[in-house]
Amino acid sequence: MTVQEIVDRCQALFDDLDFNAVKDWKAAEPGRKAIGYLPIYVPREIIHAAGMLPVGIFGGGDQLEVIHGDAYYQSYICRIPRSTIELGLTGRLDSLDGMLFPSICDVIRNLSGMWQLLFKDKYVRYFDVPQTYRDDIAGTFYIHELQSLRDDLGELVGRPISDDDLRQSIAVYNDNRKAIAALYQYRAERPWQAPTSELYLLLRAGMVLPVEEHSQLLRDYVAAAAEEERPRRDNCRVVVNGVFCEQPPLGLIKSLELAGCYVVDDDFLLITRWLLDDVPTAGDPLENLSKAFLHHSAATSAKFEPDKADKGKFLIEQVRSSGAEGVIFAAPSFCDPALLDRPMLQEALNKVDIPFTAFKYAENTGQLQAIREQAGTFADSIKLWSA
Amino acid sequence: MSNAAPQDVIKEPSMLKQKEMIDTNFKSLSTANEEGRKVCSTFVPGNLNELLMCFDLVRNFPEINALQNGMRKKTGRLIMEAERNGQSEDVCTYVKSDLGMMLQGNIGPTGDKLPDPDVLLLSYTGCFTFMKWFELVREHYDCETIMLHVPYQADGKITQNMRDYVVKQLKEDVIPTLERVSGVKFDMDRLRQYMRESAKAEDDLVWILQSAKNKPSPIDAFFGGVYYIGPIFTAFRGTEAATEYYRTLRGEIEQRLANGQGPVTPEGDFGKERFRLVVEGTPNYTNFREFWKMFYDEGAVVVASTYTKVGGVYDFGFRHDPDHPIESLADYCLGCYTNLSLPARIRMLCNYMEDYQADGLVINSVKSCNSFSAGQLLMLREIEKRTGKPAAFIETDLVDPRYFSAANVKNRLESYFQMLQQKGAIQAA
Ligand code: SF4
Ligand code: SF4
Repeated sequence: MTVQEIVDRCQALFDDLDFNAVKDWKAAEPGRKAIGYLPIYVPREIIHAAGMLPVGIFGGGDQLEVIHGDAYYQSYICRIPRSTIELGLTGRLDSLDGMLFPSICDVIRNLSGMWQLLFKDKYVRYFDVPQTYRDDIAGTFYIHELQSLRDDLGELVGRPISDDDLRQSIAVYNDNRKAIAALYQYRAERPWQAPTSELYLLLRAGMVLPVEEHSQLLRDYVAAAAEEERPRRDNCRVVVNGVFCEQPPLGLIKSLELAGCYVVDDDFLLITRWLLDDVPTAGDPLENLSKAFLHHSAATSAKFEPDKADKGKFLIEQVRSSGAEGVIFAAPSFCDPALLDRPMLQEALNKVDIPFTAFKYAENTGQLQAIREQAGTFADSIKLWSA
Repeated sequence: MSNAAPQDVIKEPSMLKQKEMIDTNFKSLSTANEEGRKVCSTFVPGNLNELLMCFDLVRNFPEINALQNGMRKKTGRLIMEAERNGQSEDVCTYVKSDLGMMLQGNIGPTGDKLPDPDVLLLSYTGCFTFMKWFELVREHYDCETIMLHVPYQADGKITQNMRDYVVKQLKEDVIPTLERVSGVKFDMDRLRQYMRESAKAEDDLVWILQSAKNKPSPIDAFFGGVYYIGPIFTAFRGTEAATEYYRTLRGEIEQRLANGQGPVTPEGDFGKERFRLVVEGTPNYTNFREFWKMFYDEGAVVVASTYTKVGGVYDFGFRHDPDHPIESLADYCLGCYTNLSLPARIRMLCNYMEDYQADGLVINSVKSCNSFSAGQLLMLREIEKRTGKPAAFIETDLVDPRYFSAANVKNRLESYFQMLQQKGAIQAA
């Protein structure tokens, strides 16, 4: 497949707010089930081990007209819960047999209760993750939570999930993370060859495709991209931070590149890169998932940082390892986690002289001119500064 | 506009006592650093006041500072200060009020300087923003931060796994760290003693809140309730002073009840009780009295509220239990109102509507607080559906005066009261 063919496929999946890919997957074999999840992190390995399709729900984007969703929310709140409700109420999520609401903020937490009330026939679970990190305390708690999810999903599919099922699924997701890491590395090395708008679409495809197919698609893309020489621009290199939940419109991502910024690292769709190392496949699978979460997972504002000295370290490391020259903080309006974290991260960047700029967006932000200008000015200043 | 209380309102002994308690705590906070007393900052929901007292720690509650500053109309400028300093206009204004106060020299609401904390106890109960708040505060101080993670009661119950997790954190992290910071050895009997006091005050508090089941109600369970919960939600739970405060308050309310009197308002006695309401959501503090007046001028009394349960839900039976001290601290943290699921909150409100014979429900949706506000419109619909009683929805903020539009709120409330009246007239006919 050519780059264009792969990107077109991903674009079609991205545009399809009716989740036909999920319907098709289910229709291919009787009895198949799919489970949706919201940002940031759920252990998809357990869903996969149950033979189900994990489906990432990332709001309605800028194409969905929100009609019902507005009636469920007050004025001052981010947009993703409205559009998620809209997706649900308009039947677009009917192919999902359940929904997981990860512990990321109070909006999504409360949305789990709304889902319980609005979709009574569906499996709904708030998935709590620990904010402390000792194996003997947080680990014990978390393994229980994992076990209880495993029991629930086992019940839903009518067979228990065995340790071997889990081990096999862990291996499949390890492989997916490897393929994603390779894509990220390729982009960091040759960002003109793998534009972020394409990388983003590839990640989004992973929210609806079976993981094995997605891993292959990622590899096909990198191979195809390497075949084509694309024009290289004199862009600066930036890390984008704050985009872990409500998504910026695709046009915004494109705008950054047009404005002169190559994105070389980011926190898009963190679930795909949440666990930083391979999860061991030998031994107790839940314990392995727990240890990976507690000790080898990405830092985001949805996670407590126990050591003040480490605040911002992860971001600085992203900048350094990707060879970025600056950071663009992009956060959804009214997003307490991202917006409250931002000044601390900025302070950390100040201390090591990494320049940054910041703006807010909504998933349906239509006017991109101001953002494009801001990113352009930032790119220019970086070039001047480094000249 | 009348947000100044007339001078001739007689303060009841409980009011004077509470004022004295609060002043004393601010005074002891202001001298703590110089006197070498160790200070702990912590949040109201899931606060471990009894435990902190076991280590002789002076307790500072940033939320209380924010609301007290709000009542004194100081928060507008504090919030702007925080925004000038890089905080977004979108985020919780309690946090910004606190950060703004720190930036301006950390002078507390009473004008006394607030101390540097020796430890931040992050009781992570029912609100995500708490976590960011103390990470932000921690940037300014060189002190320990303890995270006490309290899982969310998403399915409307406390599981053994949740309880065990909190208990373990208390035993293996919170208590040892507090010992180290304070230099005081933990004494379980001392904790039990404080918890015995807590339970006594909790009994009286529940009696007080439930006195609103009477007609007319002798209390206002939201505007008045904010005062009633003051001591028990903060630095005083577990003290003899709190026990005495609640005993005194109960005595006063018993008297009002015997006399057939309604609540005390800032302008004296409440007139005729016309509407009985349940309120969901937080108060607005910058225009607290103006807001309250919009209710009592119309004869609307609040007979039950959820805000008075943020620092502990006691009216469904929970008490601090000296026989199982650590487990009961865990249950306390897990049970605070904003840690309850939306369906559980709806059930609770429906219960209140029925038990307190309310005519309607008012939801004050505040801009700051997703923990409270996200989902309230669905709650409103559900409660209307289940109880058949009409509800009103207003939007304000806790401590940001820019988000309190008196005219809008008043309009909304007036038409709501008119509707209640018509409904009442139809029913009576
Ligand atoms: S965008 Fe931010 S505030 Fe909104 S649901 Fe996501 S994390 Fe929560
Ligand atoms: S979000 Fe709500 S509960 Fe949390 S600190 Fe702000 S006002 Fe308090």
